Amino acid sequence: MDWTTVILLLDSTIRTATPLLLACLAGLFSERAGIFDIGLEGKMLVAAFLSAAFASVTGSVWLGLLMGVAGSLVLSAIHGLASITFRGNQLISGVAINFLAAGLTVVVAQDWFAEGGRTPQLGDGERFSGIVLPGALDLRTFTIAEQRDLPLLQRFYSDVISGHSILVYLAALVVPLTWWVLYRTRFGLRLRAVGENPAAVDTAGISVTRLRFAAVGIAGVLCALAGAQLAVAEPAAGFTRDMTAGRGYIALAALIFAKWRPYPALGACLLFGFFQALEARPDLFVTLFNLRVPSALLSALPYILTVIILAGFVGRAIPPRAGGEPYVKER
Amino acid sequence: MAVASQAQHQSPETIPAIELRGISKAFGPVQANKDISIRVMPGTIHGIIGENGAGKSTLMSILYGFYHADAGEIFINGQRATITDSQAAIRAGIGMVFQHFKLVENFTVLENIILGAEDSGLLRPSLARARRELRQLADEYELDVNPDAVIEEIGVGFQQRVEILKALYRKADILILDEPTGVLTPPEADHLFRILHNLREQGKTIILITHKLREIMEITDTVSVMRRGEMTATVATRDTSPPQLAELMVGRKVLLRVDKKPAKPGRHVLEVENLRVVDAKGVERLKGVSFSLRQGEILGLAGVAGNGQSELLEVLGGTMRATGAVRMNGQPLDLSGRQDARARREVGIGHVPEDRQQAGLILDFAAWENIALGYHHRDTYSKGLLMDQAAMRADTVAKMGRFDVRPPNPLLAAKNFSGGNQQKIVVAREIEARPDLLLIGQPTRGVDIGAIEFIHKQIVALRDQGKAILLVSVELDEILSLSDRIAVMFDGRIMGERVASQSNANELGLLMAGVTGEAA
Repeated sequence: MDWTTVILLLDSTIRTATPLLLACLAGLFSERAGIFDIGLEGKMLVAAFLSAAFASVTGSVWLGLLMGVAGSLVLSAIHGLASITFRGNQLISGVAINFLAAGLTVVVAQDWFAEGGRTPQLGDGERFSGIVLPGALDLRTFTIAEQRDLPLLQRFYSDVISGHSILVYLAALVVPLTWWVLYRTRFGLRLRAVGENPAAVDTAGISVTRLRFAAVGIAGVLCALAGAQLAVAEPAAGFTRDMTAGRGYIALAALIFAKWRPYPALGACLLFGFFQALEARPDLFVTLFNLRVPSALLSALPYILTVIILAGFVGRAIPPRAGGEPYVKER
Repeated sequence: MAVASQAQHQSPETIPAIELRGISKAFGPVQANKDISIRVMPGTIHGIIGENGAGKSTLMSILYGFYHADAGEIFINGQRATITDSQAAIRAGIGMVFQHFKLVENFTVLENIILGAEDSGLLRPSLARARRELRQLADEYELDVNPDAVIEEIGVGFQQRVEILKALYRKADILILDEPTGVLTPPEADHLFRILHNLREQGKTIILITHKLREIMEITDTVSVMRRGEMTATVATRDTSPPQLAELMVGRKVLLRVDKKPAKPGRHVLEVENLRVVDAKGVERLKGVSFSLRQGEILGLAGVAGNGQSELLEVLGGTMRATGAVRMNGQPLDLSGRQDARARREVGIGHVPEDRQQAGLILDFAAWENIALGYHHRDTYSKGLLMDQAAMRADTVAKMGRFDVRPPNPLLAAKNFSGGNQQKIVVAREIEARPDLLLIGQPTRGVDIGAIEFIHKQIVALRDQGKAILLVSVELDEILSLSDRIAVMFDGRIMGERVASQSNANELGLLMAGVTGEAA
């Protein structure tokens, strides 16, 4: 069989899994601290738009990323204010953020760029390009025929592992980092505690409010990275309306699948990423199984998987016990 | 008493470990604490006793920095202290063991102990130090716990030890325990008291908040009594007596024993044969229980919680399936689950569930709705297809009057009544339905002394009307004083039956521990 297909599939799995993973880890920090975050989607969308818009205007992708982070943090602050300070309903706050983001990005994009709710195409320097890792070949300089002649391991390394944007490698680093922070540091211990029993944290003399705001803030930064990967990392070249397309919700499903743990989150997001990558390759089923699968069915795969996971077919997932409930000091 | 004399041997300390002067605290219109002054001497166990809502917990929360007093001063070891938050209280050497533990259930013992008292940003050194110190504390005070055990997998007795260890790890010299024995079995409570003795011998000062007179008499050196936000007395424990304390708490003379005439049992009301229950996990909860109950008789079911009493009540009340045979007034009951609680009420079985907040009431519903609950379909509450709300409310007002529910407001949500008054609402509903058989579980758990006396009287009155009563309680005193006959349950079986007037706590205690034989 032809390895090219497999390698391209895996390459695209990594690329599509990255925003899911970053959003999933964002949700992990927030929910482990007891704040449910439906608004991952909205934060990603706003960050995607702002990073593309400012990258286009200033010509610097880094300035764009910075603005994306700032925008995502503003939404985090709104969510924190509503659900921590004013003890509002976390789900409603999250949904509101998603609507706000979906509407605002298109309106502002239309106002600024007048291109039908999208940003202009980004050129070099205005987006993150692929990084060629040491020892890897820049496959863009090879023809398909030349690639076929390379050793398999070299092709795998150069195409699947190498050649992604810096955000992909950053996401890969955030997984062990998240694990280490959660299980090896004081901050992580307190974060996990506040999501399980905030009263225990409060009576130990630690501020529940501050901890939860910190967690929501971290979620904001990670969501911004996820949004930037969608809009300003090769091969993407700008923002289009509703470009997150439910990834924030899929990230939440992956989080439940992973039972709120970092390494399983990586696995879950790779799985969802794989399904999304499959979507683009209906020809694969024809070559492999001589089966014509409707592309609509392939597009639906990640969502079908989400439903199966949420229906509890993958074992009982126990969410953080204080999740979703504002902390009120008992009378 | 050895306990009291030991405290006397200590040098005549003159500086109190804690002194509160003129503490006042109001929550809106409710004055929770009124000008409270108290001196707690170092190296003593100081009891604070009072009914629910007397202000004990508020006072301690002020001391622990949870609330701020509106007025008054706090002195720790003679130094004026401003306790703004829990962190400040911990720094001042105060540790608190709350009634509802403040533990993270899926953390290990060690993780819970270091939470908030970590040495540095990384956990490893803190965990190592905690492990070392825990071993020392365990030896010193009989406080053994496995440091790597996960909280939700250990018993409540151990969880409480973790709370005490948390306080000691933070170098607390003053330990406040809020109703510590409420969740403990008698042997666990005994162990706790041994720990408290050890702590006192090491010079720690202990404040014990409770509403149980027996504990005060057993373990404290000094006792302060609170009533309606005020400190009514502080006395040396050896100079007082339970009746005197009860009177100080309630403000009137309280009967601690139940006053009842001998039972006049009539015909059989309930006959239970070979009842078996297997729960969802496949564990057999009832292993062939048989007994009978007659008119005008109270049968008390004694036993440590979790030995099948709850399941028995649920089966008879119609909320759990079982196998075996039960006859009510001679008619067999359907135990397959097809007959629900409403069907049981129709054949004359009333049920006061063990957990009034979970099963007895809907906390967000008003008192009148709760009073009608379970009987709402009856003609007295109905106008054709509709509920007769006016009748329900009028009936609620009448019942509240007869059962002295305070405040007598039928529109108030159940959650806004105190524990004792909530229980009175449930008891009023069930007793006034005049059931042939009343199932009543933990009738006075978390209920004030005054209300206990009242509820006991009502139960005895129902018996004297010729009704049968099945009483389940973990309070042995309650079983002994109310019952005519006592059956002791252990591990899903009835270990033995005794005539209440010819039994005592020792004999029942042995049966509760599973020791059989007529020698017991």
